[in-house]
Amino acid sequence: MSCPPEAPLLEVRNLAKAFPIRRTALQTLRCTRRRAIHALNGVSLTVRRGETLGIVGESGCGKSTLARCLVRLIEADAGTIRYDGVDVRQLAGPERRAFNRRVQLIFQDPYSSLNPRMTVRQTLAEALAVHRLRPSREIPNRIAELLALVYLPRDALDRYPHEFSGGQRQRIGIARALSVEPECLIADELVSALDVSVQAQVINLLLELQDRLHLTVLFVAHDLRLVRHISHRVAVMYLGRIVEHDRTDRLFREPRHPYTQALLGAAPELDPTRRSRTAAVRGELPSPVEIPAGCPFHPRCPHAFEVCRSQRPELDRRRGGGWVACHLAMAPTPPTTL
Amino acid sequence: MTAARDPVPLALEIRGLTTSFATAEGVVRAVDGIDLELRTGEVLGLVGESGSGKSVALRSLVRLVRAPGRIEGQALWLGRDLIAMPEADLLEVRGKEIAMIFQEPMTALNPVLTVRQQIDENLKAHTGLGRAERARRAIELLDLVGIPSAAERLNDYPHQFSGGMRQRVMIAIALASEPRLLLADEPTTALDVTIQDQILKLLLELRDRLGMSVILVTHDLGVVAQTCDRVAVMYAGRIMEVGPVVELFRNPRHAYTWGLLGSIPGAGAVRQPLRSIEGTPPSLADLPPGCAFAPRCAFVTDACRQGRPALVAVGPDHRSACVHHDRVARSDPAA
Repeated sequence: MSCPPEAPLLEVRNLAKAFPIRRTALQTLRCTRRRAIHALNGVSLTVRRGETLGIVGESGCGKSTLARCLVRLIEADAGTIRYDGVDVRQLAGPERRAFNRRVQLIFQDPYSSLNPRMTVRQTLAEALAVHRLRPSREIPNRIAELLALVYLPRDALDRYPHEFSGGQRQRIGIARALSVEPECLIADELVSALDVSVQAQVINLLLELQDRLHLTVLFVAHDLRLVRHISHRVAVMYLGRIVEHDRTDRLFREPRHPYTQALLGAAPELDPTRRSRTAAVRGELPSPVEIPAGCPFHPRCPHAFEVCRSQRPELDRRRGGGWVACHLAMAPTPPTTL
Repeated sequence: MTAARDPVPLALEIRGLTTSFATAEGVVRAVDGIDLELRTGEVLGLVGESGSGKSVALRSLVRLVRAPGRIEGQALWLGRDLIAMPEADLLEVRGKEIAMIFQEPMTALNPVLTVRQQIDENLKAHTGLGRAERARRAIELLDLVGIPSAAERLNDYPHQFSGGMRQRVMIAIALASEPRLLLADEPTTALDVTIQDQILKLLLELRDRLGMSVILVTHDLGVVAQTCDRVAVMYAGRIMEVGPVVELFRNPRHAYTWGLLGSIPGAGAVRQPLRSIEGTPPSLADLPPGCAFAPRCAFVTDACRQGRPALVAVGPDHRSACVHHDRVARSDPAA
């Protein structure tokens, strides 16, 4: 698949976000250093219209913070977000509302993101009314349309969230997001809470809707198999940074960052005849409070050498395409003794 | 080719295990008459979706089911029935010959005792070691499960460990009594994939070194593929299919297993629809007649609704409770 030459729909540059850790009274008295969770440390990415960008990483890598910063549920500390040429972080008033309509976030747990005291009809009507998308007499028809779109039965309209199974609730969440006719969906761990047979139903629905409605999708997840299945391109995050970013096929075929390699190696393969008995990577995930100097992956990296401990590698364009933030991959000929 | 008598001795023989709960909607069978064998030294996977009864089945083996739960059937451990034996005898077996690890180490470990105290507790209860020997053994155990600078970390509390390290601590405690059988209930579900990988490799290594048998409950077929020797697939409290892992993944003979494998995105056919299973699992209080999977099944016929299909041999060491196991066998597993 070749990339359309047009400008990206979403363009993020050097996005940063830290959450200060509140000190206890004792720590304040002792003048303990203020500390913070460094969730995002300069994330840059682009998403083209109509494509799916997968964002993968383990817990604490900042992927959910990124999703929330993009729609300004959380305000980033620094960096720029441009959507369709407009600086999102400067938007206010009606423009900001318009942006919020065009870009919709869907959460992992529909049970906590749906109002338990509103029926499906009320939930959908509210979204339609807030953005004044339809005259009120057309709202019932539009709601029926939305239900049909996500394959929920008509009698679902007057039921409450607790009356549905997890998969059905996630469909309601998708219907609500689609009710305002967005161009871009940001799905944060959309199917992680669902059983595998139901996961497949929701993934199939997402793929179908994307084609029918020409949606742009940011699919944030920790499940590599899912991300591989639905994404055109994938960005791998580690400790608040993107360490590799490439077309899906190439990233999975020839991962270049040692962390991507470890992540792919650790994901349990479905073929029982292809087993390995050694762990793909040693060590623990460092805390986003104390991010290692130099390359954040160096303490766990089997290939780390001197430079990795002192200098932070930039995300660089590689020959043959793709972006990698690794000193080693930059070397013209990697050492063969690894 | 008919299955010959197993050359490997059985560690555990489960016959008609049933665990039921009286609820407002009537008696619910969370585990519904399962028959299963565990061979000495093998890792047996128990896989299924939420509500399939896999965890309850595991806990029922050592009678860790709270009232009003009722356990019936047999679980023969070295010739003795765990379900029927007096409570006092069971206490001797549980935690000693048979140890258990859980999904969430933070709730399974005691937060106000140091790791040293918790290991020591188990050593005191189940071994005849003296104080000095126990102290040495505790360090050995932490070493064994790969906790760096074991001697210093013994005095730490559970909250001072990361998620992966806490799971290692729980395994170390379980291993203190040198169990012959380890029951593992979703031990890596709460962990990140690189840490899950480390813990699963550790379990396999320990199985080899200590000659334990393991029953591993999981919802993740990838974990099964990478870790287990044999696997039993559960649905609505019943065993749908059981067989060697390689055989079952290559040649699923139950429509449910077939559907489950198709629901997982594979390497091919990117962005194509997955073969999902329609509908949702049934309520245990209101199971359909016949095969519990029939309402969601792509192969269903009237015969499926006639009575509960028995688990029958469909290959060497491979059994399925599917009326249409032949049709399933002829369907492309990757289609």
